Amino acid sequence: MQRRQLLLYGAAGAGVLGLTLFVGWWRVDGPGAPEPKGQRPLPLSAMEFRLTDHEENEVGPGNLIGRPTMVFFGFTYCPDVCPTTLSDISGWLEELGDEASEMNVVFITVDPERDTVEAMAEYVGYFHPVIRGWTGPEDQIARAAEGFRASFERVPTEGGGYTMNHTAGVFLFDAEGELVTMIDYHEPREFAVPKIRRALTEDVEGAT
Amino acid sequence: MVKKLRYTNALAVLLTVAGLSAPALAGSEDVVVENAWSRASIGVNRPGAAYMTVRNTGEDAVTLTGLATPLAMMPEIHESKTNSDGVSSMAPAGEITIEPGQSVALEPGGLHAMLMKLQEPMTEGENFPLTLTFSDGGKVTVEVPILGIAARGPKG
Repeated sequence: MQRRQLLLYGAAGAGVLGLTLFVGWWRVDGPGAPEPKGQRPLPLSAMEFRLTDHEENEVGPGNLIGRPTMVFFGFTYCPDVCPTTLSDISGWLEELGDEASEMNVVFITVDPERDTVEAMAEYVGYFHPVIRGWTGPEDQIARAAEGFRASFERVPTEGGGYTMNHTAGVFLFDAEGELVTMIDYHEPREFAVPKIRRALTEDVEGAT
Repeated sequence: MVKKLRYTNALAVLLTVAGLSAPALAGSEDVVVENAWSRASIGVNRPGAAYMTVRNTGEDAVTLTGLATPLAMMPEIHESKTNSDGVSSMAPAGEITIEPGQSVALEPGGLHAMLMKLQEPMTEGENFPLTLTFSDGGKVTVEVPILGIAARGPKG
């Protein structure tokens, strides 16, 4: 009797364990899994937003099609990651030399409250001349971020100020506006520059 | 030869004076700060950042507890982090303990001396003093050169 009871409990235990494993699989890897968070950005041609560049031109994703493009998000009140990204990109562009002028390179602010057109103009002026700074109303910036599957969030700091958490990678698109790859900000030049060259050659192949 | 001797003597005197005036500290007198640099700022509204390597050449662990500089009212060590979704954020790093023989690098994209509430703009070509405070009460002051906004490292 005791032995039988033990077997019964054992079988029930195994059943519960099996069910738990199955439920776990269903929710994590199986059909019930949530959409992966790091989704692929839309092609530029499928994005819709209107912003203003640092020279007060009205711009949108359509302006970027026709040439390979690098886009990244940041804000000018960011003391560490953003100037590092901008100076890294400036370094990559210097290494590309003349080819750099065949690219669109766009810095979209996630902090339009402080990053006015004038602020963006002054800031990008310190980096490689190819880099354009885009700002605009918050809802348009949110739409842009949505298209790139980028995220940003305002975080209060001690002393009454705020900082922005934001997607820090660089999006690299080919001339047709299809994503080629992401470049991590701070990726060593010997990896970043060949990735950019690939986007540039895809452009050439596409044209022939 | 005579000149060299004089220098050696001067150095000896200097070391003696420094040795006498140093309070009894456990560790921080063995801290060496190398390759300090910072980027110029646009005006005073945006926070600045400074970078350096803090090396503990002594035999006791040292703990870096704070910063002080006449340049900024709120200097603090912060750390930038990027999560698995590629989102970067920044937060105060708290106290930093450096084991004997080890060093901590404050470098772009990681730990940095965040200079909040700048009292004056950081101008390329100038320097500013930055004092590192340690848990044993010791202080180490370094002159930090201000490089261009687009600088990538201590050499520009």
